[in-house]
Amino acid sequence: MSTATRPLTYVHSRTAVLRDENIDTDRIIPARFLTTTERTGLGKHAFEDWRYAADGSDNPSFPLNQPQARGCSILVAGRNFGCGSSREHAPWALLDYGINAVISNEIADIFRGNALKNGLLAIVLTDAEHRWLLDNPGIELRIDIASSSIRLPDGGSIHFELESFARHCLLNGVDQMGFLLQQDDAITAYEHRTEKAA
Amino acid sequence: MSARTLFDKLWDSHQVAAESESTPGVLYIDLHMVHEVTSPQAFDELRSRGLKVRRPDRTLATLDHSTPTLPPGADGKRPYFTKEAEAQVAKLEANVQEFGIDLMGWDSPHRGVVHVAGPEVGATQPGMTIVCGDSHTATHGAFGALAFGIGTTEVGHVLATQCLLQRKPKSFAIHVDGQLQVGVTAKDLILHIIGKIGIAGGTGYVLEYTGEAVRALSMEERMTVCNMSIEAGARAGLVAPDETTFAWLKGRERAPQGAAWDEAVATWRTLTTDEGATYDREVRIDASTIQPSVTYGTHPGMVVPIHAPVPAAADALEQRALDYMKVTAGKPIAGEAVDVVFIGSCTNGRLSDLRAAAEILRGRHVAEGVRMLVVPGSEQVRREAESEGLHEVFLNAGAEWRQPGCSMCIAMNGDMAQPGQLVVATSNRNFEGRQGKGARTVLASPLVAAASAVAGRVADPREYLNQEVAA
Repeated sequence: MSTATRPLTYVHSRTAVLRDENIDTDRIIPARFLTTTERTGLGKHAFEDWRYAADGSDNPSFPLNQPQARGCSILVAGRNFGCGSSREHAPWALLDYGINAVISNEIADIFRGNALKNGLLAIVLTDAEHRWLLDNPGIELRIDIASSSIRLPDGGSIHFELESFARHCLLNGVDQMGFLLQQDDAITAYEHRTEKAA
Repeated sequence: MSARTLFDKLWDSHQVAAESESTPGVLYIDLHMVHEVTSPQAFDELRSRGLKVRRPDRTLATLDHSTPTLPPGADGKRPYFTKEAEAQVAKLEANVQEFGIDLMGWDSPHRGVVHVAGPEVGATQPGMTIVCGDSHTATHGAFGALAFGIGTTEVGHVLATQCLLQRKPKSFAIHVDGQLQVGVTAKDLILHIIGKIGIAGGTGYVLEYTGEAVRALSMEERMTVCNMSIEAGARAGLVAPDETTFAWLKGRERAPQGAAWDEAVATWRTLTTDEGATYDREVRIDASTIQPSVTYGTHPGMVVPIHAPVPAAADALEQRALDYMKVTAGKPIAGEAVDVVFIGSCTNGRLSDLRAAAEILRGRHVAEGVRMLVVPGSEQVRREAESEGLHEVFLNAGAEWRQPGCSMCIAMNGDMAQPGQLVVATSNRNFEGRQGKGARTVLASPLVAAASAVAGRVADPREYLNQEVAA
């Protein structure tokens, strides 16, 4: 199994909206599911305590259980999505659940890094753009990675910032481990220069 | 060279390759700590690529998250909560064997919560870069080390290359002037700071805690402060090393010894922010105004002084948090009925934390109907506490004295609260369901937690600290 992801050039979907702010990694994937030693199979537990009623049936008040949210792969979420722990199980669970992009006006650092390394787009927009998306759930967006832009249904577009290396890796399916392994000579030189060699 | 911050110095000295427009920098990692939850997939990755661990000598593992805190039964078997938890621990035990890594495992006198055990053995040292697949790695910044949490993909990167691809974060100074009052602890200080800058106030920054009140903190208190940097969104928090740091580290097993120690200290003394260096952001806080503080909502930024009224909800989302917590705007948290008290975690599971709790509990009893768990942060903390008789104070008070682990902080190992129960916890997160589905968490200092256990309601420790009790 390798983490090298397939090249990703765009995500095209209607949006599903979770307006809550500060949706933390414990809400995305509760800690009791972290005893897995695999990356796969966490989708059924994504948002577990929010998504299911006590009897295990779907909680109708969980926004992503609404019929119009089914099948959406773009999630628009309230400010500071992904705060809390460093568990990569959070992006693994979201991807397995069918989410390929998360849009907010603030996304927690560790979650964002983890997401992008797994081919889950994590996009930060301005407050105004974000508010508009929160207020218009279900619209169809096409997120284009090469141009770092989101095409709106009316033909307009929103530009977003995406770290250049993350964009390069997404577009080309670049495996960051491979990139680091190619730095071997520089790493060895550093270890000798700083007397950190074994 | 122009004036640099402590963070600049740590960053600059670990650059294998500088960042450019197109690529992040390559940052060298001096110490990689590993635990059972976030590492198995990374070891699988190495195995599938036929890679070795580049520097097993810079990698140190422990067992803490999924481990039971009750002792083995009569059959000698450890009471794991689930088969998966047991298998996860077994997997780390097998991985360290295969890859040649030191493990502070079940038979080690050093096993403990990764951020308690690492510093304790002297593995954590000033000037280092330290990572772990755990967001509370910020703890180690208390020593003037650049320490931050990483995901499992990055755990694989560090195992294989001892490096990470990183762009430089911004710097943020938190100056804390004045002195903390009696009964006000490092935990109250960091809760106050998070309340002030907000849970995303540190996103994109490395924090440096400075000022008179920070210099006056012990190492254990500095660890409590740095530990919760991530609860303000910052991946790392720093305190410049000083005599307090050197005295605490000296003689520890993995710290430099003899002439190497003197050399190291000379280098560590240079790890300060230069006069004239500038931060990207700064705030100033007066320690003398801080009260014992508690959280009232469902994230660590929803914090108030213990006697202050819970603020009115600003919107429907905040109201939802108050409803989840079953608290009322306008009323203080002091006086709320308590079901469970948890003392432990990488935030407040060290010897000084247990001593503080014992100070309140000595000669007193946990209120009827309250369950209290005391979980030392490591085997060493457990031994030292027991040699001082602290475990007897807790047991006599009616609390449970457990074996080391993360326990009810993350509730992965079966130590958890029941739906609806109110837990006063010395840990770091009060997210919905963090301590068990439906559990309501109030974050507090060990003093507040112990006072609340005795009172059966959230209580101000100052009501007990000055009171004589019949022993």
